[in-house]
This record gives sequence, structure tokens and C-alpha cells, in this order.
Amino acid sequence: MDFYQQTIFKLKQYWAERGAVIQEPYDVEVGAGTMAPETFLRVLGPKPYRVAYVQPSRRPADGRYGENPNRLYKHQQLQVILKPTPDDVIEQYLGSLEAIGIDLRKHDIKFEEDNWESPTLGAWGIGWQVMLDGLEITQFTYFQQCGGVDLDLVPAEITYGLERLCAFLQGVESVYDIEWVKGVRYHDVRFAEEQQFSVYNFEMADVGTLWTLFDLHEKECQRLLDAFPKYGEKHRFPVLPTYDHVLKCSNLFNLLDSRGAISVTERVGVIGRVRKLAVGTAQVWMSQQFPAEAAQ
Amino acid sequence: MSLDFLLEIGSEEIPDWMIPGALQHLAREFTGLCSTARLQGEGFQVETDATPRRLVLRAAGLIPRQADREEWIPGPAKSADLASPAVTGFARKHGVDPASLESRSDGKNERWGLRKQIPGAEAAEVLAKGLPPLISGIPWPKTMYWTGKGGARFIRPVRWLVAILGDRVVPFEFAGVSSGALTQGHRRLGASNISVTIADHETRLRENFVILKAADRRARIRNGIEQLGVSVKPDEKLLDTLVYITEYPACILGSFDRQYLSLPREVLVTVMRHHQKYFSVENSHGELEPNFVAVMNTADDPEGWVRKGNERVLRARFNDARFFWDVDQQKTMAQRIPLLANVTFQAKLGSYLDKTKRVAALVRELGGDDHALRAAELAKTDLTTEMVKEFTDLQGVIGGLYAKAQDEPEPVWRAIYEHYKPLSMEDAIPVTAAGRLLSLADKIDTLRGCFEIGLAPTGSKDPFALRRAAQGVVKILVEGRLAIPLRRLIGDSKPLEEFFLDRLRHYFREVRGFRYDEVNAVLAAGFDLLSDVEARLIALSQVRPTADFEPLAASFKRIENILKQASFSEAGPVDETLLEAGPETDLYTSFTAVRDRVHALGDYAPALSEIASLRPAVDLFFDKVLVNAPETRVRQNRLTLLYHLRTEFSTIADFSEIVTA
Repeated sequence: MDFYQQTIFKLKQYWAERGAVIQEPYDVEVGAGTMAPETFLRVLGPKPYRVAYVQPSRRPADGRYGENPNRLYKHQQLQVILKPTPDDVIEQYLGSLEAIGIDLRKHDIKFEEDNWESPTLGAWGIGWQVMLDGLEITQFTYFQQCGGVDLDLVPAEITYGLERLCAFLQGVESVYDIEWVKGVRYHDVRFAEEQQFSVYNFEMADVGTLWTLFDLHEKECQRLLDAFPKYGEKHRFPVLPTYDHVLKCSNLFNLLDSRGAISVTERVGVIGRVRKLAVGTAQVWMSQQFPAEAAQ
Repeated sequence: MSLDFLLEIGSEEIPDWMIPGALQHLAREFTGLCSTARLQGEGFQVETDATPRRLVLRAAGLIPRQADREEWIPGPAKSADLASPAVTGFARKHGVDPASLESRSDGKNERWGLRKQIPGAEAAEVLAKGLPPLISGIPWPKTMYWTGKGGARFIRPVRWLVAILGDRVVPFEFAGVSSGALTQGHRRLGASNISVTIADHETRLRENFVILKAADRRARIRNGIEQLGVSVKPDEKLLDTLVYITEYPACILGSFDRQYLSLPREVLVTVMRHHQKYFSVENSHGELEPNFVAVMNTADDPEGWVRKGNERVLRARFNDARFFWDVDQQKTMAQRIPLLANVTFQAKLGSYLDKTKRVAALVRELGGDDHALRAAELAKTDLTTEMVKEFTDLQGVIGGLYAKAQDEPEPVWRAIYEHYKPLSMEDAIPVTAAGRLLSLADKIDTLRGCFEIGLAPTGSKDPFALRRAAQGVVKILVEGRLAIPLRRLIGDSKPLEEFFLDRLRHYFREVRGFRYDEVNAVLAAGFDLLSDVEARLIALSQVRPTADFEPLAASFKRIENILKQASFSEAGPVDETLLEAGPETDLYTSFTAVRDRVHALGDYAPALSEIASLRPAVDLFFDKVLVNAPETRVRQNRLTLLYHLRTEFSTIADFSEIVTA
């Protein structure tokens, strides 16, 4: 049996052998690996790219104070982007499962329809949830649009839910029982974080402060977006910092949501605000990186 | 000679529910292609089959080559000399000698012209051209592109194509994939790039763990369940899904700890059925057993990995459900009422708290008792629970179960439990009186509100499921025999009335099977109490086959036309002194006698029989009496008689709507 980190090593190794850049997690809070610039911005435009990275993903509303065996405030995704999609992508994906020790002739694997959509990112794709013996272990998506832009090359996004996958591999009932490395459990590494962030997210986060922060990041992001057209040396315009502010807004939105501070009516409006920033950033990125394509 | 044809579109996993529709389209369009291209020979037939990874079409009886055709190409008029420039020019243009031209009449004039032989195309050629548009023309609910922007679209990426006519490949390309004679087996148990012929295609697939025919996979699942020796809750829809998400299905029996049986059955079944696609297992009393049947897409599970994996997932799901249940009990339903202010029903129609208040007022207005009123107040509070957030389909049901657990009286929790019913035309209406009233009020509130703010459904768009809501109202009013006039529910909104008339017609025709003209006739006579509409319809359909009825209906139509032509719309009493002896007086006498008997009866079927008995008198009247009498007073009196006849007997049904042979 492999420890948690060994499984991660093996997956990274597997995709490295297939030409992927092995990146490190992005250092701004995100809700999913898709939101890291290595996916969100890299999938835009006609330039091929392959990348794999572990992305700790924060979902404040899913926090359970460390008391639920399967739900986490912050879970870890292994995110793979193959742009463009190789014809044998599914074979490659199944090969990755075999590489971490799953003998697929002895297991049941199914691809069940599950299209992905992120209204805040103006992004959607077509794909499946991959079920292994009844457990959803991967989200597989062919991206079609990102930041409201139709994609030139269709990338495949493979997102492994690492805790679930490893709990399965190790045959444990609770993700907290996963052995991270010999003698150290997932609980030892992450429990305090789950507990304390649940307390903060659900009980102590100050709604007024969160709104202020949201407004500030939104304003800064918009200021940058507005500055781009008049900015002389386009290639050095700070699009990437602009995008960080989109991510900040998105995370603050999730926090406000978990605090129960956003009514269903307001929700659509706030999502629209974040989306506007995401779409704007994607467009600026396109015109900076691929002026020829963006002009079309 | 005729040829067989095989097409296999190899794709990545296609969503199960889309497959049957795609196959139908494929068969229809292929038949159309062969018909237009004159490729259908003797015994032409088409069949289709599919697994999640392949759509297959097989055809027999194709003609190898289209028949040659002859076409007449008309030229200059016959009056022109063969040596004239017009004729020689025409001949030169078509590369023939003027002497070989023939003449024919085009109906008006004789013309020179020539018969041109058009050789038939090879079937393979026609198919090679016709298949790519046929494949890309399959209508999918949502397509994707994968070869790059502007590339071909399909439901999922196409990865291989088999196209064989007789023993030859039909060469074409779609989305960068070239057709050939190589197929793919099961993803892990089968080989890849398997060479096939039309004859051995299905066998070769079978050897490679792909059961091509849906019917065979279905039978395999059924037998598999039987062999496990358990009785599962029959579920054809689930079976359909499983048939189309597997290429090589096999059943396994899993179990879970008996302690989870203390969770509500509805929750257990939803987890197993909707989240995990398992069949739940029942004992002979219909009670749940701590077991489930899962269908794998692989041959077997010798080491029990698949079973253990599925059991583990189910355990986690059940634990979640228990966690939700416990958390939700920390607040009572009544304590949750104010929380509904934060749940939007519709932007312009306010929150679910607003809706709750409106529905409660309506329940009271419709005569609901305290139980119904309490149920109305609590009905939507389950929208704030963790359980409903997780299992949206169980809204209402969860509310009912929670109310029960919190010791609400039985009529209250039952009403909440069933207030979304009927969910479809096949679904039963709520059983309890409070449940019926609550369901009715809830739906009427949605309908009124949405119509008021201009959200009436248009075409196929009906985001608020208003058709289903109105259908539910109709079903409850009729089948629940509620003495609530429809008018009282919908007010004087004309669009809402039209909408309900449509739903009424649909219900009585499609669901209840009444004939459309009978439905029209009864509705034309009024539709306020729907249980009364039903009673009149039943009576009408009973009397309809009797000998006198349809001729009488024809006479009513005649009366209707006469009155219309005379613009006769109001009348005083019949002046008996003006009646002519014989058929006119006879009709009047029969009419008054029948009228008195009908009034005394009060039961629709005998009343209609009585009315039908007027037929001889009416026939004789029209036969012998001239309505358009020269003298005005007599004419008016006859019109008056007809008017009363029509009006008096049109309260059950408007007979002029009956379509007679």
C-alpha cells in the first residue's frame, strides 16, 4: 500500500513522463484547481501546454469542523491539463490509475455524464464523473469555453480528488485515517486546519469586513482592467496580478456564502460581479498573449 | 444481388439517456438517404443498436449500384430546320450529331431534344458522400468540439468508424477519423483494433466483452438479479440507464449494516437509486432489506473489490444522511419558518416566506381546517434543511417526515409529505383532504403569480413547470371531487382560463381517453366544477353509441346554424297559439315533457337518453315544417322553439360540437 504522498508522487511522475510541466500549488486561495492561472489562463489561446499540479481547494461551505469523515473545507486536487487533448486521452487516464496500483480488470470503472460549469469564471465544459466501484474519483472535462472565450484548442482537464482516491486505495473509512507517510495520518497534518477554518468561516468571519475586502479587490481588479487599453507596453501589463484579485473576490464570495450572508436573490448579482472580472481578465490576457487571435 | 451494410460510430462514453433518440434518428435518416439515392433493393431493412461507446447501424437489401437513368433534354422547337444554327448549336453543346436528335412534344410544341443516359453511381460512393452529414446531423441536446475551434461537433469525441458495404470498406472521414473495418473491445477486458466483417461483427465484439444488443444486456442484468436470489424493487427506468452505461453488465449483491434501516426508507432508496444507481432489495412484505444490487461494467468480481468498494461508498452516504438528519433536528420546522425569508421563490414574487403566507391564506379561504393551515405554514420549511439541500428530490417528503418526528398531528405531517403530488400525470393525487387542499393552493399560488408577472410558458419553455402544476390542479379537482369552482381559483384572468382549458382538454383526452369532440362538447357547456365536467363526459360517452344520439347531434348543429343565420340570440316564451298542428305541436309537446323529466332526473346519463329520444320529433319537424315561414310571427315563434330546445339541452354538453359521420 502506498502512502498518500507516494500516490501523489506516482501521479506526478506519470504525467511528467507524458510531457507535463509539474507545477506547484498556486499561492492564492482558490475553490478548485481550475481557477489556478495554470489552468484558467493557460487554456486560452492556440499555444499547446501540458501541466499537472496539486491544488489545495477551499470550499468554506463544505467545512465540517473536522468531524465528517468525507467532507472537507479544504481538499486537495491533482489537476492535469492536456492541451490539446491527445486522441488516446482516456487510455492515458486509465493508465494513470493503473500506475497508482489499481488493477482495472478487477474493478468497475464507469464514465457517467457530468458536464461542468463555473458561472463565476464564465467557463464550461463537457465530460464525465469517473466512477470507480461506485465512488466518484475523477472529474474529466473537455473545456469548451473559459472566461467567456471559445477555446482554440480543446484541453482535457483531469481532476483527481486525492483524499477520496487515497481513502479508497488505503481502504479506510475516514479521510482522516489516510496515512500520509509512515506513522503520520491525514488527521495529524490537517485536522487543526479543518477545525479552525470551520469555526472562522461559519462563526467568526466578520461579514462587514468580508464585504469591504470584496469591494476593495473588485475595485483594484477593475482599475487594472480599465488601465489596459491605454497602457503602452502591452507585454508587460500586469494581467496576472489582476487575475489574483479575481481569485480573492471569488474566495470572499464563498466565505460570505458560508456565513449565510448572501441571499439567493443577491447571489446571482454577486456571481455576475465576479464573472465580469474573470471575463475581463481573460480578454486582456488574450489580447496581451495572442494579439493576432484576439483581434479576430 | 443485394448488399449488407454496417456502420459503427465509435465514441467516448455517450450519456445513456440520449442513446435511444440518436438511434432512431440514425435509422430514419439512413433509410431516407437510401430512398432518395434509390439504393433500396428487395428486403431492404435497417436496424440499430448501441452501447455507451458505439452507435451501430446494420442494413440489408442495398443495391450495389444505382440503376442507370435516362433523362430527356429538350432543345429548339421542331419548326427549326435540323441544319439551322439553333439546332446545330444545341447538338454541339451536348456533343452529339444533329442527326441523332429526336423530337417530342412538350405538351404544347414539338421540340428537338436528346435522350441522355445517366449511369448510376456505386452505392459505396453514395454512402461515402452521405454518411458524414448523416453523422454530424444527429441531434444531441448539447454537443462539443474537440479537434479545435470550428471543428466537427458531436456528443463526445468520435474515436473510430467502421463502415462496410458487403465486404468492402466505405471510405470517408469524419472529424479527422477515417472509416475502416477495425473496432474496439471493452476498455479493459477486450482487445483494441479488432478487425471485423459484417458477419462476425457482433461475435467479435462479444469475444471482446462487448454485448452489442441492448436487449441482451437487459436480459443479462435481469438474469443476474435472479441468480442473486433476491427480490428487488422493480425499476424499468433504472434498468434503462444501466443498460446504456454498460457494455458488459454483471450484477453483484452488496449489503449494509442493519442499523441504517432506522433512516427513512425514502432517504435510503434515494441514495441507492439516484446517487448510486443500485436496486434496493425488499423482503416478501415489501420492506427494505439491508442489501442492494449494483450493476458493474465488467465480467465479475472474483476478489470482492467491487462489492467492498460500493459498500464503502454507500456507508459513507448513509452516514452523511444520518448526520443531516441529526443536524436538522436541532431546529423544529416551526422555528424554521422565519428562515424562509432568505429563500427566494421568484425575484418578483418574493421569498418562500411570502409564498407560505399566500398559500396559507388561500387554504383558509378554501375552507381548510386547522390541520391544513398548520401544514401550509410548515410545508416549505424543509427547504432550509441540510437533508433537502442534499436530496432536492425529497422536498416535501423530508418536511413530512420531520414534522412526524416532531410530533405534528398525522393529518399535518401527511399533508406536508404529499403536497408536491401529483408529480406527473401518472402519479396519484394526495390521499388526505388537507394534502389535497395544500397541494392545490400551492400550485394555484405559483400559477397566479407567474401569470401575473408575465411568466406564462411559451412553446417548449416552461421553467417553472406551470403545465405540470396546472395539470396537477386539474387532477386533484377531478379525482379528489373537490367542490371548488375553477373560476374561484383562477379569477377572471383570461390567459389563465385559456391555459386551464388546454390542460383540461389534455387531461380528459390523453389521460382519460375521452374523444376530442365529446370533450369539446362538454367543455363548451361550461367547466366550473371539474368533477361535474367529468360526470357529464362519462354520461355523454355512454349515450353516444345509442342509435338516436348522433342524428340528434346533427340536428342540433342544424339548429345552431339556423339560429346563427337568423342572428337569433334571445327569446321570450313560445307562443303556443301560433303552433301548427302536427309535427310542430308534437315537437313542442315532446320537448316540454322531456324537459320536465330531465329536470326531475338530475342524473346525466338518463337525462341524455331522454334528450336523445327527441330525435324522431325533431326529424319530423325539419322534414315537414318550414322554419322560414313567410309570416314573421310564425317564423319568430319557430325560431323561439328551436332556441329553447338548444338552450335547454345544452347545459350538459353542446351537441353541435359532436362530430357526426
